[in-house]
Order: sequence, then C-alpha cells, then structure tokens
Amino acid sequence: MTGTVRRFGKVTRAVHWTVALLMIICIVTAAILYNASFAVAIGHRRLVELVHVYSGFALPVPILLGAISAAYRLDLRRLNRFTRAEWRWLRSRRRRDGSIKVGKFNAGQKLNAALSGGAIAALLGTGIIMYFPSLTRLSWRTGATFVHDWFALAVGLLVIGHIFYAIKDSEARRGMRTGRVSASWAWAEHAAWAEEVLGSQQDKVRESQPDVEQEHLQ
Amino acid sequence: MEEAGPEVDGKPVGRRAILGLIALAGAGVASGTAIQDGLANFLAPLELRDPTGLIALIPVGDTFRFYSVTGTVPTKNAQTYRLAIDGMVTHTASYTLADLQAMPQTALVRDFQCITGWHVPQVHWSGVRLSTLLDRAAPLAGATAVRFRSFDGTYTESLTLDQARLDDVIVALQMLGGPITHNHGGPVRMYVAPMYGYKSTKWVSGIELTANVDPGYWEHRGYPVDGFINPPQGNGA
Repeated sequence: MTGTVRRFGKVTRAVHWTVALLMIICIVTAAILYNASFAVAIGHRRLVELVHVYSGFALPVPILLGAISAAYRLDLRRLNRFTRAEWRWLRSRRRRDGSIKVGKFNAGQKLNAALSGGAIAALLGTGIIMYFPSLTRLSWRTGATFVHDWFALAVGLLVIGHIFYAIKDSEARRGMRTGRVSASWAWAEHAAWAEEVLGSQQDKVRESQPDVEQEHLQ
Repeated sequence: MEEAGPEVDGKPVGRRAILGLIALAGAGVASGTAIQDGLANFLAPLELRDPTGLIALIPVGDTFRFYSVTGTVPTKNAQTYRLAIDGMVTHTASYTLADLQAMPQTALVRDFQCITGWHVPQVHWSGVRLSTLLDRAAPLAGATAVRFRSFDGTYTESLTLDQARLDDVIVALQMLGGPITHNHGGPVRMYVAPMYGYKSTKWVSGIELTANVDPGYWEHRGYPVDGFINPPQGNGA
C-alpha cells in the first residue's frame, strides 16, 4: 500500500499529549517526594507537593473534556470493548504475525488504557484523602497512602512499558504526533482496522478522499 | 455521535477493569493498616538482607519519608551544633551536643505517625526530656508556649507549655538505634510522641519561650495547631 491513513483526530492527540505532560510532572515530583536522597537534596517540599497535587487534580480533566469530540468518544469505545479474539491474541505467542487480525487498538493497548484509567481514578481518590487529612479518619489515610504508593508503582511500570513500545515503533509515534500513519503500517499492525477504513474506501481513493492521501513510499 | 461510528464488538472489559481497580483501591483504603502491616512484616526483613537495595524501591509502607521544606540544609556535627534556649526565660542557654548527651536520657519506643497517613511502628528514640531543659531555663511568669526553630532556616513549630512538659516530649539525640542522621533531622531533632510528625521539628536549633502559641510552618498551610494523634496509638509495649 502506498498512502497514509488518518489514525487520530486533533482532540485525541491533544488529550494524549496533555495527559502525557501531566503524568510526567506527577512522576518526577513523586520521585522527589518519595525518594529520601531527592527529598532532602531538592527540599522545598511544599512547592513540590503543590505541583504534584495540582498536576494530579488536572490529569483527568483532558480525559473528560475530550468527550466533546465524536472521534475521541469512538476511540474510547473501541478501547473499552474486548472480543474473544482479543483474549486469544493476548495469550497467543504468534500475536505479532498478523494471523489474528487486530482492530484499531490491539488488546495490549486496550489493557494499558483500562489499567491506566483505573489507576488514575484510584490515585486521584487516595490523593484527595491524603491531601485533605481533615476529611477522613487516620486509618483511612494510612490505607490511602498505602494504596497510592502501590498504584503509583504500577502506573510507573505501565508508563515505562508504553514508552518502550513507542520507542520501538516510529510509525506508531508518527500516528500520535501527526494523526496519520502509512497504510502499510495499518495493514501490518491493525489489519482489521485497515480493512475497515481502507478496504471500504479503496474506491474513494481515486476520488481523492481527504482521509486517504496518495503518497510514494521512500 | 456513537450511532455514526462503526459497530464495536465485544464486552466492556475496559470499563469493568476501571471499576474493579477503583473497588480494589477502596478496599485498600478501608482496610487501613491491615494489609500494609501484613506486607511490611513480610518484606521488611527481606529489605534488611537485600544486598541489591531493590526492595527499598517497593513501597513497603512502614518506612520513613524524608521531608525538607527548604533547599539545602546545612550539616551540623558535634563541633558545630548548638541548641539555644531563649525568649521568656530566667536563664538563657546554648547547649552543645556533648552538653545534651551528659544530661539524663529518656528512651521511648513509639510510632512515628504522619498526618497524611504513613507511619513507622515501634521506633526507638532517646534524648533529653524537654521538661528537663525547661526546668533549667525557668520560664518567666507570662510564658505559656514553646516555639521551635530549625537550622534549615525556615521551619518552626510550637507547643503549649503544658504540652511541652509531657513526659514523652524529648529533644532526641538518637533514633533507630544510633545517632540521628542528617536526613532524619540530626544531629538533634524534636520527638513529640503523642502528636503527628509535623510537630517533631527536624534539625532543631532553638527553643524559645513565648507568651502565645505561634502557629508553625505546616499550620500556616492548613494543618491543625493541635497536633494530637486521634485516636492515640502506638504506645510501646
């Protein structure tokens, strides 16, 4: 295939990059608050804490605001739904060879999205309990600290895994940067989605359908 | 809108996973210390014997978090450390570390409890009762409160004079079985056992008798001036 296909709309990309920025701020400030050497060397606990807390409060905002876009809502709906084939894909050793056709998102991406979303909600709730100690009894605050620590560790691992896969795939990065990916990448990585958007639009390509532009491979 | 999109097959696993994680977090909050204590009992001995230090990266729970509210805090040792007693007193004083070590020492085994929730159970502390220093200084009639200064240059805290005279309020010289390290607020810090951690000033450099309770650093930022742990806990066996 020689051409590109639209993968992410402006809103989806804006949500992704805003959340990415806030998440990185949360992780860096969390490291300063948690690690003894950083905490004492950098100090200024109140300032670091404020940056951490307000970045955390802000984090769900773009995720929710994105819902003004129909394309973003559809992305969320696709991430939400798992078919039997996807459980098979997750268990299969041959999941990367294309024998099980993958939709717009593969099952790993869906899992990452769900676990990240749930963890963000858990971190937000426990963070509120810790930041406003007068709201709850002490034992809840102790429980919240414990839960916050473990979910933070889990989210850190998810983010590292996410960046690891992104580093390995420049076309996937291009998709999130520019909104478009090569059709050949779409067929290789997300065949069912390529069928959906390219298969049905094959005929329209010649009519210069705006979403599928002709382009020479390098 | 959703009707316009293509058919999306499958079960809403993502939503279930999110709700499941929220429920898990809620159960963890409600369980309070139970799960944490079990895990800490299991992991803490491993951490002590772990040559790689990797276990320290796991949020075991029952470990100290290190708070510093300024930039660099100067390091003080036995030669450079001084503790000033001043304000509304008959006898001002400036104690060296050796002076403090020569006084009667009180040992306590008590929890360290942060208001945000984390705590370290059964910490060994020892030092001079604050009441000993107050008796030597002989507060003037109008003095009703004690204000602590830190050589970090920023942190302050206060207690009423009655609170300051409690038996389990000490000017700590040792914790965790050795001299107090710099990160823990050494060489000398306060340990106000019945109250939340923010009442236990680190790097303490001055104790001033005042006419009124002067709200401290975190109290200006929302924490209660009355720092008693509620419910009281952690009395050493």
